Amino acid sequence: MRSSSRQGPRAGIGLKAATLGAVLFLHVPLLIIILYAFSIEERSFQFPIPGFTTQWFAVAWEREDVRRALWLSVKVGAIATAAALVMGTLAAAAVWRSRFFGREAISLLLILPIALPGIITGISLRSAMGLLEIPFSTWTLVIGHATFCIVVVYNNVLARFRRTSRALIEASMDLGANGFQTLRHVILPNIATALLAGGMLAFALSFDEVIVTTFTAGQQATLPIWMLSELIRPRQRPVTNVVAVFVIAVTFIPIVLAFYLTRDTQDTAGALK
Amino acid sequence: MTAATLPAPLPRGGGVSRFLYGRPGLVLLLLLAPPLLWLGIIYLGSLFTLLAHSFFYLDEFSGVMVREVSLDTWKEFFRSPAHWDVVLRSALMAAAVTLASALIAFPLAYYMVRYAGLRLKGLLYLAVMLPLWSSYLVRVYAWKLILAKEGIVSWLAAQTHLTWLLEALLATPVVGGPSLSTSYLGTFTVFTYIWLPFMILPIVAALERVPATVIEASGDLGANPGQTFRRVILPLAFPGVVAGSIFTFSLTLGDYIIPSIIGKSTPFLGETVYRLQGTAGNIPLAAAFTVVPIVVMGVYLMIAKRLGAFDAL
Repeated sequence: MRSSSRQGPRAGIGLKAATLGAVLFLHVPLLIIILYAFSIEERSFQFPIPGFTTQWFAVAWEREDVRRALWLSVKVGAIATAAALVMGTLAAAAVWRSRFFGREAISLLLILPIALPGIITGISLRSAMGLLEIPFSTWTLVIGHATFCIVVVYNNVLARFRRTSRALIEASMDLGANGFQTLRHVILPNIATALLAGGMLAFALSFDEVIVTTFTAGQQATLPIWMLSELIRPRQRPVTNVVAVFVIAVTFIPIVLAFYLTRDTQDTAGALK
Repeated sequence: MTAATLPAPLPRGGGVSRFLYGRPGLVLLLLLAPPLLWLGIIYLGSLFTLLAHSFFYLDEFSGVMVREVSLDTWKEFFRSPAHWDVVLRSALMAAAVTLASALIAFPLAYYMVRYAGLRLKGLLYLAVMLPLWSSYLVRVYAWKLILAKEGIVSWLAAQTHLTWLLEALLATPVVGGPSLSTSYLGTFTVFTYIWLPFMILPIVAALERVPATVIEASGDLGANPGQTFRRVILPLAFPGVVAGSIFTFSLTLGDYIIPSIIGKSTPFLGETVYRLQGTAGNIPLAAAFTVVPIVVMGVYLMIAKRLGAFDAL
């Protein structure tokens, strides 16, 4: 790691241009979405945009199907995040406090739902639900989402645990606290921001997920499912544009917050999705 | 330091706490049980259910799945050359996307680690993380706007008098098409865009592990910057590229949404699986198809491990 204060070689113009190019490649498309949300053009993706309006924001807000999809996404995201917080923290605590047979395998098992293509997780869950004749409901969505959210919480909390000195816990015990007091007054305050960051990232992941969701949703529509159906069969394009901008805003806020919450630590939140 | 020699004081308070204190094994079990039961039963259970389905078969006349163990589905899978086309097309696309991502990611990662100051580095980091975590569908949608026939790319080409170039690209056999949003070129661009952050982050991690002293030593021993880059930095950062390629390759292989929104109608692996389990209702064959990415990724992970990619994750 080299800081700018150290006398080092300066970057060549080619390298700078390539860096700038990559950053623009990553961000210009998102800016374009925002631009289109204000377009007066209804039918096509015409560029340059013929005129600007904010009317579509009101139209989108009045749409019953959009509201319903939004509410389902929030509900599923909240429950899945809660489940992932509990299980991810438990797994991180177990891996941190002791060495046991199969410890390495646990990390692999946790990471598998996001390492294998989402379609495999999705179709697996669906075929199992079909076999057990479980009807689609909010809970089938939650099951799918919690499965891939656990690892996000686990990564964040484990990284924090690894920087927490065991001596703190020993000191707490030596000073007469019992296990639950130690948990409440020493361990939880210590991992609080990691839990917050992990939880927000898990929510962002769930709020955006579409691949696993299509397999466990049945007839229900979360916001991404609504979006997908609009992409395949567009009904009112300006409304889609507005919802897209809304989704960008909802996912950006937790990510920026999570970044700043864990910035001073070595493993920044979300470094590995 | 006396704590090591004195017997540990028994904790005061609740009976549960006292009971658990002397039984670390039990605590471990209680900690591990919920996540292991969840992932073990729900996730692995489902995965094995799916794989087991590939040994069932579809009755030829009624089209109903027969729950008897047989190799019929696998025979059907291996017999059809169309299936191999799908696998090959998907693997080629995944390889092309991986290569392009590596080429775009490396300069950015290199600049971030070696030249950027602390503040700029933080900003660049955030610039990579935001697209990584922001909505996948919204980003695909953005490209639909950009690549559409009346969209931005066409407009830019017209403004810079490069329409002939765009037309020449679209006229190229295989990769071209009527418009960018209905060609392999478009699919390729969008795949690269969506998975690029997954390539950048591992390369950054790998580059950060190259000690500054090694680079200085290379210079002291008479290597010019180009030689240092080729013979010291690149080999040391290569595991990061391999680690990133695990993601770009696997994600491209399994995705079915991007090629169905942007690209030609010829199916990729993910789309084939989706269609088979959905409209075609052939879950056994869909299950056999999902084994392909699992096997491909298994082999890939083994090679990656040998190349030291796991240390760069």
